[in-house]
Amino acid sequence: MLLIACPNCGKRPETEFRCGGQAHIARPADPMAVDDGGWSEHLFVRANPKGVHAERWCHIHGCGRWFNALRDTISDRFVETYPIGEQPKSGVKPGTILGPNSATQSETRA
Amino acid sequence: MAQPFRLSRGGRVDRTRPIVFEFNGKPVHGYAGDTVASALLANGIHLVGRSFKYHRPRGILSHGPDEPSALLSVDRGPGRIDPNNRASVVEARSGLRTTSQNHWPSLDFDVGAVNDLLSPVFVAGFYYKTFMWPRKFWDRVYEPFIRAAAGLGKAPTEADPDRYANRHAHCDVLIVGAGPAGLAAALAAARTGKRVILADEGPEPGGSLLHDTTAQIDGRPAATWLAETLADLDGRENVILLPRTTAFGYYNHNHVAMTERVSDHLPSSATPGPRERLWQVRAGEVVLAGGSHERPLVFADNDRPGILLAESVRVFINRYGVAPGRKLVFATSGASAYQAAIDARDAGLDVTLVDLRLEADCGPELAQLRAAGADVLTGHTVVGSKGRKRVTGLIVAPVGSDGRCGGRRILPCDCVGMSGGWTPAVHLFSQSRGKLRYDESIDAFVPSISAQAERSAGAARGTYDLAACLADGFAAGAAAAGSDARQDFTATATFTGFQPVRIMPTDANPTKVRAFVDYQNDVTAKDIKLAVREGFQSIEHVKRYTTTGMATDQGKTSNMNALGIVAGQLDKALPAVGTTTFRPPYTPVTFGALVGPARHALFDPIRTTPIHEWAEAHGALFENVALWRRAWYFPKNGEDLHAAVARECKAVREGVGIFDASTLGKIEIVGRDAAEFMNRLYINPWTKLAPGRCRYGLMLKEDGYILDDGVVARVSDECFHVTTTTGGAARVLGHMEDYLQTEWPELEVFLTSTTEQWAVIALQGPKARAVIAPLVDGIDLSPEAFPHMAMRTGTICGVPTRLFRVSFTGELGFEINVPADHARAVWEAVFESGQAHGITPYGTETMHVLRAEKGYIIVGQETDGTVTPDDVGMAGMIPKAKKDFVGKRSLARPDVVATGRKQLVGLMTDDPKLVLDEGAQIVADTNQPIPMRMLGHVTSSYWSANCGRSIALALVEGGRERMNGQLFVTTPDGFTRVTVCEPVFFDVQGERINA
Amino acid sequence: MLETRYRAARALPLGAQTRSAPTGSGVSVRPAGAEARFSLRARLAKGAAPKLAGLALDAPINTVGTDGEVWLARLGPDEWLIGGPEADADLLQGRFHDALAGVPHSLVDVSHRNVGIDVSGRQAAAVLNAGCPLDLSETAFPPGSATRTLLGKSEIVLIRASAAPLYRVECWRSFSTYVHGLLNEAVFGVEGPAAH
Repeated sequence: MLLIACPNCGKRPETEFRCGGQAHIARPADPMAVDDGGWSEHLFVRANPKGVHAERWCHIHGCGRWFNALRDTISDRFVETYPIGEQPKSGVKPGTILGPNSATQSETRA
Repeated sequence: MAQPFRLSRGGRVDRTRPIVFEFNGKPVHGYAGDTVASALLANGIHLVGRSFKYHRPRGILSHGPDEPSALLSVDRGPGRIDPNNRASVVEARSGLRTTSQNHWPSLDFDVGAVNDLLSPVFVAGFYYKTFMWPRKFWDRVYEPFIRAAAGLGKAPTEADPDRYANRHAHCDVLIVGAGPAGLAAALAAARTGKRVILADEGPEPGGSLLHDTTAQIDGRPAATWLAETLADLDGRENVILLPRTTAFGYYNHNHVAMTERVSDHLPSSATPGPRERLWQVRAGEVVLAGGSHERPLVFADNDRPGILLAESVRVFINRYGVAPGRKLVFATSGASAYQAAIDARDAGLDVTLVDLRLEADCGPELAQLRAAGADVLTGHTVVGSKGRKRVTGLIVAPVGSDGRCGGRRILPCDCVGMSGGWTPAVHLFSQSRGKLRYDESIDAFVPSISAQAERSAGAARGTYDLAACLADGFAAGAAAAGSDARQDFTATATFTGFQPVRIMPTDANPTKVRAFVDYQNDVTAKDIKLAVREGFQSIEHVKRYTTTGMATDQGKTSNMNALGIVAGQLDKALPAVGTTTFRPPYTPVTFGALVGPARHALFDPIRTTPIHEWAEAHGALFENVALWRRAWYFPKNGEDLHAAVARECKAVREGVGIFDASTLGKIEIVGRDAAEFMNRLYINPWTKLAPGRCRYGLMLKEDGYILDDGVVARVSDECFHVTTTTGGAARVLGHMEDYLQTEWPELEVFLTSTTEQWAVIALQGPKARAVIAPLVDGIDLSPEAFPHMAMRTGTICGVPTRLFRVSFTGELGFEINVPADHARAVWEAVFESGQAHGITPYGTETMHVLRAEKGYIIVGQETDGTVTPDDVGMAGMIPKAKKDFVGKRSLARPDVVATGRKQLVGLMTDDPKLVLDEGAQIVADTNQPIPMRMLGHVTSSYWSANCGRSIALALVEGGRERMNGQLFVTTPDGFTRVTVCEPVFFDVQGERINA
Repeated sequence: MLETRYRAARALPLGAQTRSAPTGSGVSVRPAGAEARFSLRARLAKGAAPKLAGLALDAPINTVGTDGEVWLARLGPDEWLIGGPEADADLLQGRFHDALAGVPHSLVDVSHRNVGIDVSGRQAAAVLNAGCPLDLSETAFPPGSATRTLLGKSEIVLIRASAAPLYRVECWRSFSTYVHGLLNEAVFGVEGPAAH
């Protein structure tokens, strides 16, 4: 069970959360202006990287707030969590593969 | 009582507390502190089971959790039967009944032992090779045969009467294993004041110190140091010491699962607590100090009862005061067995030691053992053993530097202690996804790169010397607690070092002998070699093909030998072969521990409404809807479902019915931008809906498919009372919050679930108004003042209400929302008032029929996540002027605007009495070849008492184009003909609703 | 008054449930009586946070404050759960609305949605940890803590107002049978030898 740092509540067990898939996919301001190809891209096409991935999570059984997270899909390490509408601060790019002893080695350490 | 092999002194058993338990129906005497294995050995019982495949006689190999052979069924009373218990870890106590497994008719005379004679047939991959053909034999012949012949114990047939507890726990430092390294780690961590949990699988913490009777630590006997250390830890508030607790799974982010065996060791009468407790520990740091496992030697017939691991012989002698034999032969390729031999000599036993190593390669252990008066044969191999149900001799031979064996010689004995070196227990480390490294100097894989906040200490990482273990453990414990404290210990030097050996050199034809690698799954060295010859090169494939390491012991004793043999066959170095994957659990875990309290009423929450007890008292039957239990129908005088529903349906349309709709999801939407928010989420327009009016709302996902529906009332300009489907309540609220928080944070809107604040009493039928009129205050109920799809606030029976005039039946209807704790009183008052009007309680089944008569859809029944508003004929609800709402863009997707989509229609069977099956497929032509082209399926189908015939709703390709056309629907017997119609069967004009 | 009469007549879902203090662990699991409760959602402007019953709305998330009668638990950036005496329900609602004038908010009566269960005794935290995955130690969940979390398969709000080993578990009405049953089973679960 993962330990996830909610920006409001701190580290909480995974069971309190719901994952909302890839982050930073904004709903187009005028969906009717998007062509079929663009709309299908928006609806259905998602990244599935090996390595760091930007995801949406909701602390559904806690503060109830959505937030973003960078998670390494190989090790399940979280690089950082950050508010909706903001960009990650760590500078780690999605798709990066973290080494075994990276600074974000453990959720429980630190 | 006589325990002929109990030594006259020594051991940690309590000789003042005798116990007696049963083994195969006969009493076995022992002492408190014994395991079942040690008590059996004290009574000279070595034969305790038959092997899995060949039914060979098997005995006790080990003293610990790695025991592969001595698997017993343990009976602690009715329903309390567990198969496959390792005799070496079951604490003996009076009242236990143990039985050996895998034999018929008896342990002594087992018919299945004929398999041993047929062993040339049962080679690696035997099942795959033999049971392939003919195909139809599999179900009737092969599988039953395999299941009958190859079972490992029998599952209990009664429900488990025990209770199991669950505990989430947190600590700064979790230490797994309370041997020397773990104890030292605990000391160091505890002194920092950090929260420490120290877990050990044994009944008594101490690990090897419990049987190390000669070592000194810091000038004191090891046992004294142990007692002092435990007293120190016990006195600290910040330390939780958990004996009988096995850490079996190491999961993400330092989440470690452990089972604590709370009461199995206690007399049955004195068990106030649960049987076991599952600890789910979240640790800041973990120290793995789980020790190491001894390797057996692989030689012909190395599996006879009486052949044990050398260290286990030492444990039985020193810890339990039991001699596993009188005349012992130790066979080894390393130093540690010498200590066992010395201790055996000290216990007065006859000892010979055979060492594969040459005299020059031995350390000080050699001289010490000789000084103790034992014969030592260095440079000797073991080529076989004698005996059948008990070893009677070991066949040894000198082996030259060229590997050739000299003349054989039989060493008569009644017990053998063998040692092929040591394997660190890296199971939990590997589960944590740490990377192993092969250390050639100790011929073992050891922890290398950590993936989580953990570190290994002591023998678990190949540090075998006692003083080094203590120092290593202390440093690990300190570091885990954030301290750089170090402590040196002085301790008696430990005999370490061994010469790796995969298969003992032999002069026998290797294809003729059976030298067991995996005792529990009966895998021999020959099998593994055969697998490699047949082309299996990956160790994971060899494992599955031969089943080595796949038994309940997960290959604790066998994996390194198997790896070594594969590496040798492939002529590769060990690290190039790698290891198989270590997976939880480390040792078997009871289902009860995993389930914990989640049984019976606590398996899932059973949600009930405030009306539930009333419905029960009035004979309702219930159905599950999501987690809710809803009244299904109210049979009277022995009615069946059909009769009761027919009566309830007619009663609603002819008089009045009362229905508990409390489970409907409800959301209070409040804020300046509430209407705008509603506009964006629903296909419908909300801006102009006047306060006090209701509207049916339909909500889509962004992909254009229907998500949920429900009636919405505008309470005020800035407040909406939204209802959702019963099952969709949480989903809809989550959907709304998601858009509000992540897409439209600028909207000033707040959402609150009121599902359980408001209970809902639905009153439906022409007489509904008359029933509530005497009870309602402050609301004009006249049709003019209170039309269909309106909402008024007032009181009913003095209780504040939001009274909706809505209908899910097509009749005049009210839904009375009252605060939940008052609902029962209001319900009873309404029911009382309704007596004069023949009020009839009805359940969900009648609700379904009535709405189907009107063609009202149910989300999840008429829709399945691929249905658009137009598919169900609701596109007209979408205002042309609405520029955007969630899902709108998708309604213009090419596949959504395409012709030929499935559309909602009604179906009428030629035979009015025939009720179609829901889910039945629909075709145009029954004469077409199979597979037929399916046009859709029946979504709802009922007998309608009000229509006097069956009715059905269906999704049919191009359905609206097929009006009045004929189609065919599958039935259990074939097909039946139906006519397509509008999806309305009753009061087509819709006049009754406005009564 | 009519209002007072119906308030007094609330039929609580755990009304019939009583359990005497069990032996051994000494933990008591007791359904609370009828209480008034409100769910407050509000968007606080920077700097000026109003007070309700003397309790600041801008207290840290996951804390609870009480004036002895009214308690106010901040569950998230814009969400509070407020409890108070049943008899004061209407009074409180009016006062809160006044105090919140000018602040965008939603104050919803959830008195009947929520059910309270008090868990007290030396081993209370261990009992809760049978189903609650949070660290309830003095440092991690000190007096004055409140949060939404899980108890087994039910969502709860867990409130620890004071230094006493007394916890309030708030759950939704239809989950109360389950939550109450799980807590009682958990009391049994901390019994036995080597109780920790």
